[in-house]
Amino acid sequence: MDDKNFIKINNLSKNFDDVVAVDNVNINIGKGEFFSLLGPSGCGKTTLLRILAGFEYPSEGSVSIDGSDVTDIPANLRPTNMVFQNYAIFPHINVKRNIEFGLRKEKISAEEVNQRVSEALKMVKLEGYENRFSNQLSGGQRQRVALARALVKRPKVLLLDEPLGALDKKLREEMQIELRNLQRSVGITFVFVTHDQEEAMTMSDRVAVMNQGKILQVSPPRELYDFPVNLFVGDFIGDINLLNSEISNIDGKNVKVLINGIGEYTIQAHTIINQNDTIVTGIRPKSINISSNDNKKSDIQVKGKITNTSFYGNLTYVYVSIEGVDKALMLSTAESLQGLSINSDCYLNINLKDIRVIKKNDP
Amino acid sequence: MINTWRKLFSKHESIRAYTLLSPALILVILAMASPLLLMVLTSFHTQVSMMEIDSTLTLDRYADFFSRPVYSTLLFRSIKISFLVTLVTLLTTYPLAYYIAFYVKKNKMLWIVLMTLPFWTSYLLRVFSWRVILGHKGVINSALMFSGAIDEPLSFLIYSQTAVVLTLAHAWAAFAILPLYVSLDKIDKSLLEASYDLGCSKFQTFWRVTFPLSLPGVIGAILIIFIPTVGDYVTPQLVGGTDGRMLSNMIQSLFGRANNFPLGAASAVLMLLSVSFVALVVTYITKKVSLRMS
Repeated sequence: MDDKNFIKINNLSKNFDDVVAVDNVNINIGKGEFFSLLGPSGCGKTTLLRILAGFEYPSEGSVSIDGSDVTDIPANLRPTNMVFQNYAIFPHINVKRNIEFGLRKEKISAEEVNQRVSEALKMVKLEGYENRFSNQLSGGQRQRVALARALVKRPKVLLLDEPLGALDKKLREEMQIELRNLQRSVGITFVFVTHDQEEAMTMSDRVAVMNQGKILQVSPPRELYDFPVNLFVGDFIGDINLLNSEISNIDGKNVKVLINGIGEYTIQAHTIINQNDTIVTGIRPKSINISSNDNKKSDIQVKGKITNTSFYGNLTYVYVSIEGVDKALMLSTAESLQGLSINSDCYLNINLKDIRVIKKNDP
Repeated sequence: MINTWRKLFSKHESIRAYTLLSPALILVILAMASPLLLMVLTSFHTQVSMMEIDSTLTLDRYADFFSRPVYSTLLFRSIKISFLVTLVTLLTTYPLAYYIAFYVKKNKMLWIVLMTLPFWTSYLLRVFSWRVILGHKGVINSALMFSGAIDEPLSFLIYSQTAVVLTLAHAWAAFAILPLYVSLDKIDKSLLEASYDLGCSKFQTFWRVTFPLSLPGVIGAILIIFIPTVGDYVTPQLVGGTDGRMLSNMIQSLFGRANNFPLGAASAVLMLLSVSFVALVVTYITKKVSLRMS
């Protein structure tokens, strides 16, 4: 066992009657890693997490944690703890007793229990809330109790099932940072399930994108954003302009594509493209430059017309329609739009290195 | 006139509330509160002769009650039998309610209806059918005699406290299942998962999470069964024999053949007080115990 393979998920599948919830998943998660499972609802990410927790048993495949096979070990005997989506704080006992709930099973002195509980309360900044009950806490506080209750057990792996979903935006962003800091300071491996790509991107060391029970890509956030393996990942992660394209010629990594509305260019692909693949080309909004004149300073220049703008404070999103393309291209700029407004003509500058050839089919 | 009323009506929420409540309120006052008061009042009177009651206030009837041991004996027996009935009912219906709440996935309502189906028949019919089952020549005794397990009928089966407890427990089962089921069904399943996740076995989870959270239902069931069964006099009359006689049978005869209304009223008041007291104590203990367990 090495630290890179702290959690090993091998050929894991789970069927519910005829429905395949998890389809032949293989993932290795490193020790102390913040790992996210990201996907739309119903993609199987929660089922996968529940298999890791021991609430569901896989139909096929195995799971091992820290070198020992836990596939058939029930939830109460696993070195994992979970933070539930609705927090699952026991309503009949107070915060302190919620947190020490799991410690009763461990053979430690009452003194140590108290010490560990107060440490945990301090860690989640809930000192003084010992005697409160669940219905006297806010959503954010409940979530902290759930975290403390799980972490006080000192699990090898902490599983989090969309724990921030029920919080409002501001609190959610605060908790993202706090959770990340907490994870770094305790050094426990976190497996985090979310459908919010922003959340996964800002917090994780690596993200696994799931759809229909399959893992499509496992990468660090930056790589996921810059080099999506297929259309689903590219479209799911961040904003992207997708243009219908056709392959004209393939020469190793260099793919000559005819991009709808833009022209024919040779682009270096980041995945292996075969002649019979169907593809689109993708350009991130930040990679398109806009100017009011045609002083060419990039590989490609296209003329267009601004159809809409939306101001987001630090960024402005501009929508530009170009001839031959149905959907207006979206671009973001941090600069002011000197002289440009809705309906004005403009020029878009794009560099070839920013264009991605993306497969429509699975990798 | 109508306008002032309308104004008052729209202005004050309490007037609207009492107007809505008034039919129920009137019924409760006429049919519950006033007879109860009348009974308490009667318990301070004296029966002089067949038709005549002396309405000078006196505590003598209460003294009568405590000076004759048979009354206290019957009171304690009533409480004991009801307590046993409550216990038996809870022990038998809790698992059923638990099963429906946690294991039945489809058609829960159908299960509930099936559980309560026997209770659609008359109470008397059900008591009589227990006589058929428990009697000297009943189903159980005949079967045992036929198989040679016993030579003569088991005498404790009918006309005994056992018979009363069994019959009452069966009669009131439906009333226990419903509150138990409701409180169990309401429990968030993720709480149980959280308990497993924190290291508890299924058994420990039951005592530390499920049971404490089902307490409102348990207490509801206790009160619903305990209170009315103490006062039941039909079942002890039909299957209880002398051994199974309860205070309520005595009260019935005091208002009937024995013709001592004031003493009957005093007995009823004392029963009311003891039942309330026992119910409160049981509720309190159940709460305390379950908190300690979790």
